[in-house]
Amino acid sequence: MTLSLEHLTKDFAKNGQERVPALADISLEIRDEEFVCVLGPSGCGKTTLLRIIAGLERPTSGRVQIDGMVIDGPSQKLGMIFQDYSLYPWRTVNENIAFGLELHGVPREKRAKIVQKYRDLAGLSDFGNSYPHELSGGMRQRVAVVRALAVEPSVLLMDEPFGALDAQTRNMLQRELLNIWEKTKKTILFVTHSVDEAVYLADRIVVLTQRPGHICEVIPIDQPRPRDRTSVEFARVRRHVLDLINQRCSFP
Amino acid sequence: MPPLPAAFRFSNRRSLLKFVLPIAIIAGWELLAIWVNNPFILPRLEAVAAVLLSPTVDILGNGSLAANAATSLERVLAGFFVAAAIAIPLGIGMGRSLVLHELFDTLMQLLRPIPPLAWVPLALAWFKIGLVSMVFIIGMGAFFPILLNTLDGVKGVKKNWIETADILGAKEHQILSRVILPGAAPTIWTGLRVGFGIAWMCVVAAEMMPGTNSGLGYLIISAYNWSQVPVIIAGMIVIGIIGIGVDYLFKVIDRRSFAWRELER
Repeated sequence: MTLSLEHLTKDFAKNGQERVPALADISLEIRDEEFVCVLGPSGCGKTTLLRIIAGLERPTSGRVQIDGMVIDGPSQKLGMIFQDYSLYPWRTVNENIAFGLELHGVPREKRAKIVQKYRDLAGLSDFGNSYPHELSGGMRQRVAVVRALAVEPSVLLMDEPFGALDAQTRNMLQRELLNIWEKTKKTILFVTHSVDEAVYLADRIVVLTQRPGHICEVIPIDQPRPRDRTSVEFARVRRHVLDLINQRCSFP
Repeated sequence: MPPLPAAFRFSNRRSLLKFVLPIAIIAGWELLAIWVNNPFILPRLEAVAAVLLSPTVDILGNGSLAANAATSLERVLAGFFVAAAIAIPLGIGMGRSLVLHELFDTLMQLLRPIPPLAWVPLALAWFKIGLVSMVFIIGMGAFFPILLNTLDGVKGVKKNWIETADILGAKEHQILSRVILPGAAPTIWTGLRVGFGIAWMCVVAAEMMPGTNSGLGYLIISAYNWSQVPVIIAGMIVIGIIGIGVDYLFKVIDRRSFAWRELER
């Protein structure tokens, strides 16, 4: 599986006529099973980029391809996780995880098996019949992750998924995400504005500039996992990333 | 200090408060009735209670209180269901499709301020006296609260919920039945509740139309013509009780089925 972005640009119409550029000429090739973080200041178009890849918005020019197939609408090869919990509050954890499977007419018994597998993967074995409002923010986001995984997409798109969580929960979910990633072998494109998060998670960090966002730097992170945030090595890499951003990508 | 007896603790005292005024009014009414001493203006409590306590006894040849209440309820349910059957699909359509919204919006805005009872003459001209006229007027009353709340509910469905379904591969009909409908259900339910309340007011008023010969509204008008004030008051009390009862049912179902709305952050 390769995900390739080819010269993506996106303009928004403002006041009906004036065009405001949001993304400028984004080209990127993402390899199978790669974990890529897109890092950029707020308003740089990271979310727009992700929404274009997900097929929720059309690029003004350029295209997205998966294995040579052009994406021009929502595709089941792609899963998406939004920042604010997009769980269905009238559905239990089980029913939320089962949602995509129901849509595809997976028979009940098979569905139950898959749901159980992913619920366990999310560490929510005891919460199958709980409703989202009974769960903490971190637990909800775990459900959102496995709900996306349950239909077995090859790429997971994550839009600042842990942005609304407290620091501890956030660190824990980052660790769990890496676990899940290693177990399920997905390709992950993860949008964040946290350098720390990007350095902890990514194989490669793609740094976007301020609006209109374009790629100013692609930084490979070669450190072996699990990475230790408190280590000298981690601090060095983070320093390196910050320096590159400051020198070339002009955002605070 | 010893704890206060249960009856005086705040929560109990508060629920007791609810009954203070009704009881005071009943007591005041009885005193006033004794003082006025004219059953054609203000009957004694006992006279009204006598009517209420024998709901199956025929009144003035118009049938019993219970039978007339049942007639009114049937009519209101008919009008209410017709209104809901049109308003909910229309509201969902208008909420989902800009074309439908633009198509119907002006007409709805124009019709909405017209009180349901202003339709009475036209209803009589078009459908004559009878169930169809009643259903039309009641339906007019219930229609707009249901439509507007449905529209509101559909527009309030989070974009995230729809996009998540989109990405997971939902077809339009699946988005409707699995996301839009359950997501908008609490608000639609509120619309149904308000709509029923208005429909119930409309049925009583519609039954006062000339030519009607059954229902609580008719019973009250007929009792007025025969100067049976206890029947008038008993009829009004029954109208109130049925109104409260149905509203309570709506609320109970709301609490049970749509708890997530309140608890959602």
